[in-house]
Amino acid sequence: MQFDATNLLPVLPEIAILITASLVLVVDLYLKEADKGVNHALSIIGILAAIALTGTVGGGEAQLVFDGNLVRDGISDLLKGAILLVGLLAFVYARPWLKDRGMLVGEFYVLGLFAILGMLIMVSANGFLTLYLGLELQALCLYALVAFDRDSKRGAEAAMKYFVLGALGSGMLLYGVSMIYGATGSIEFGPVAAAVAEQGMSNKVLVFGIAFLVIGIGFKFGAVPFHMWVPDIYEGAPTPAVLLLGSAPKIAAFALAIRMLVDGLNSLHPDWQGMLVILSVLSMALGNLVAIAQTNIKRMLAYSTISHVGFIFLGLLAGSSQGYAAAMFYAIVYAVMAAGAFGILIILSREGFDAERLEDLKGLNDRDSWYAAMMALVMFSMAGVPPTVGFMAKLLVLEAVVRIDMVWLAVVAVVFSIIGAFYYLRVVKLLYFDKPAEAAPRLVTTGGVRVAMTVNGLALLVLGLFPAGLLSLCQTAFAS
Amino acid sequence: MTEFPLLTLIIWLPIIGGIVVLASGETSASISRWTALAFAVLTFVLSLGLWIGFDPTTAEMQFVERAAWIPSFDVDYYLGVDGISMPLIILTTFITIFVIVAGWEVITYKPSQYMAAFLIMDGVMVGVFSALDAILFYVFWEAMLIPMFIIIGVWGGPNRVYATIKFFLYTFFGSVFMLVALIYMYFQADSFSILDFHGLQLGMTAQILIFIAFLLAFAVKVPMFPVHTWLPDAHVEAPTGGSVILAAIMLKIGGYGFLRFSLPITPDASAALDWLIILLSLIAIIYIGFVALVQQDMKKLIAYSSIAHMGFVTLGFFVVFTIVQDPALSAGSVMGIEGGMVQMISHGFISGALFLCVGVLYDRVHSRDIAAYGGVVNTMPWFGAFMVFFAMANAGLPGTSGFVGEFMVILATFRADFWWAVLAATTLVLAAAFTLWMVKRVVFGEVKNDKVAALKDLDARETFNLGALAAAVLALGIWPAPLMNVMHSTVENLVVQAGSCKLPPDEREDCVLSRAEPVAALLDGTARP
Repeated sequence: MQFDATNLLPVLPEIAILITASLVLVVDLYLKEADKGVNHALSIIGILAAIALTGTVGGGEAQLVFDGNLVRDGISDLLKGAILLVGLLAFVYARPWLKDRGMLVGEFYVLGLFAILGMLIMVSANGFLTLYLGLELQALCLYALVAFDRDSKRGAEAAMKYFVLGALGSGMLLYGVSMIYGATGSIEFGPVAAAVAEQGMSNKVLVFGIAFLVIGIGFKFGAVPFHMWVPDIYEGAPTPAVLLLGSAPKIAAFALAIRMLVDGLNSLHPDWQGMLVILSVLSMALGNLVAIAQTNIKRMLAYSTISHVGFIFLGLLAGSSQGYAAAMFYAIVYAVMAAGAFGILIILSREGFDAERLEDLKGLNDRDSWYAAMMALVMFSMAGVPPTVGFMAKLLVLEAVVRIDMVWLAVVAVVFSIIGAFYYLRVVKLLYFDKPAEAAPRLVTTGGVRVAMTVNGLALLVLGLFPAGLLSLCQTAFAS
Repeated sequence: MTEFPLLTLIIWLPIIGGIVVLASGETSASISRWTALAFAVLTFVLSLGLWIGFDPTTAEMQFVERAAWIPSFDVDYYLGVDGISMPLIILTTFITIFVIVAGWEVITYKPSQYMAAFLIMDGVMVGVFSALDAILFYVFWEAMLIPMFIIIGVWGGPNRVYATIKFFLYTFFGSVFMLVALIYMYFQADSFSILDFHGLQLGMTAQILIFIAFLLAFAVKVPMFPVHTWLPDAHVEAPTGGSVILAAIMLKIGGYGFLRFSLPITPDASAALDWLIILLSLIAIIYIGFVALVQQDMKKLIAYSSIAHMGFVTLGFFVVFTIVQDPALSAGSVMGIEGGMVQMISHGFISGALFLCVGVLYDRVHSRDIAAYGGVVNTMPWFGAFMVFFAMANAGLPGTSGFVGEFMVILATFRADFWWAVLAATTLVLAAAFTLWMVKRVVFGEVKNDKVAALKDLDARETFNLGALAAAVLALGIWPAPLMNVMHSTVENLVVQAGSCKLPPDEREDCVLSRAEPVAALLDGTARP
């Protein structure tokens, strides 16, 4: 194998993140306690550079590099951009929280950046092995981030759970991969797809392999019945870690599903479609119903995630390029919404206090009407009320399932979205209709956080009013 | 036809106004109020341009604007008005002015947010009436819920949270099924344009399912028995302005939906199921009339009276299907729909005015209980006069707008079925009973207590509100011809649409509608029955 420098061009964004992470790792050693903000600045610069590089090297024909192990195509360009942007938001939101608690240390940024690197590798993987490497890189960093608050028992417990169940999910995935490798003799998506197209459904090993892959995907997404870890981890982990693991990884998980099921096993679509229908309906049902009973907003958002995963699956199971584009749109939009929701929770927290209960949101309109408006936008968007982008996302996935004549599934989805609307409305009620608690002090936030939250919230409105741009990006990604 | 984007302006001007008012902050309430009023008046003046520039001789859409919005899904920013939507748009912009004025000094908690919410509502509701693209329509339709949810929840009464969440979930529940129906029709028509939906041929099963989906959406909004229960709660808890908008305009959006979607898109299913709607309408008229009779709360009483009156609207719309099956009676079908339309506009004025009247009392005494009042006319003679006038109008006194619509609907119903008409006509007794009995207990009699004795009569602001609405009620009652004139061509075309069989060729033999020839021939918009 000859080393070819042009191979490196398409992976420049990954390289940028890798360099930044390594740099932070080293620089952090020489920083005094007071100067830890440099870590933050470095990470932000690194992510911005990666975004710029994604834009520069992106576009055009798909390229295979590193002997076909990595691919750069429309899908990876868009998803990388989205992951980096959401990661950027997460870092900006997290800073005051970390600073208040004396945790503004290099490790947070190093772990966060490596997690992002893992996600970037996932979205550009062109073989099961690369995909798995990316996935594990991301997962290991996130396990550590969940336990980041070393003195927190709940954090340690959550990290343990996350690790055990995450390992179980990865195990399932690997098992499925091994079966598919056995049946097709390859771990690259291209040859696998060709071999599968030839053998079709006749090969039972393949069908078993798919079942395990779908289980693995279900674990990583947190779809019912593989969702048990989600609420516990969301509740136990420190909010900045939840912010990181609840937003961008959904985009990466979407990439996981797309790469494996569509790039690799598209001709077995009838097989995995049925499995996804079950996962989707169960996720929408359980997520929305159980969320109503929550009093802890992090748990509520966890169940809300589960229900949104059900909607993302709707687009995936449609099996058309329209459906994939719709699911991609949904995944990106969801990541932005989740970043906004957890961002608000961080804003509401202060030294020695974490906003976790629904009551902590009470009367936000009286405390800071701008943040209240942004949170209301996030909630209406999650509920799928026009003119926010959450509606557009739901519209597109519904369209995809009606297109394949599964009107009943669309009806099920809308019924659960009505049920879901209730608990989002309850949050808006707390924001606007209730008076703040007596003890609630004034909200103090930095300019950076305010700008980021404004961009984040208004993006939901602007994308809802003008969805054509992002949608056509999603569609061109799947046009080929 | 004009190149000037008038509709866009009428939709977005108040929304921008709302943002401006919001941005003005809470520093000076009077700046917020005056800015809000300026935007509301300006919007109203602009909307008069629709009336002036409107060509009543055609049923085609006018002031059309069309631009691609989401090109990959054929969703357009497609606006236009016809004789049905145009009067409703003017009603919307007209009523908004009074709502702003009514909240003038009464609202002290965050007045800029209050005013902004109503301005945004104004624009969004105009959007509902003028959208000709199904997705655009749906976006406006749902977007309307957000400001109303906030209005009831923030400035409402003690039980406001329950009321507003119930309101939101009921309406949300109704409309999501409509969304699925719209998407389904998109794949049939290959377009989201509502006018293309009108030309669609659909099998009976599909029509019935679509009809039910629409019915869920519109019946909740109207509201029809038995999904009306959100309305009394929402009305009672909403601030005066919120009640006015709810009664005067939001309910009309349900009626408008029937005319724009159910009648022309699913005529065969409507004809097959018209008995259901007529039954529910008659229940609303009679049963809800009795329910209104026993109310102790003025706002609740008016809310139930609204449900009964909206029963007339749906009755007028759906007797059409019985009438068109007999070609000899076809003039009656136009009358039924026109009667329903007049009833909607007139009810917008009257119920709005009645809620303002209750608001006047509530601002002074802080009670809506009928029992808390008595002999108000002694201390508030002007108010008493207005209240009696609007009560008479609500009871359908000839000379007021309330009479015209009810009379036309009863007349049309007579052509369809004698006994339906008899039942519908009981409203003349019932409405008189519950409205006038309330007036008797509140306005007349001895001065009941110290609070009533201390009442001050209307100030200039309130007199302006009630006076203007009284003028509108009288004008429409004495001379409804201009209103009928603008909508006549459109309604005729609508009757043609509703009377055409839209079943596909292989189901043609099941047609009960008089016009069984292919629909496409009638779609040039100028066809006459």
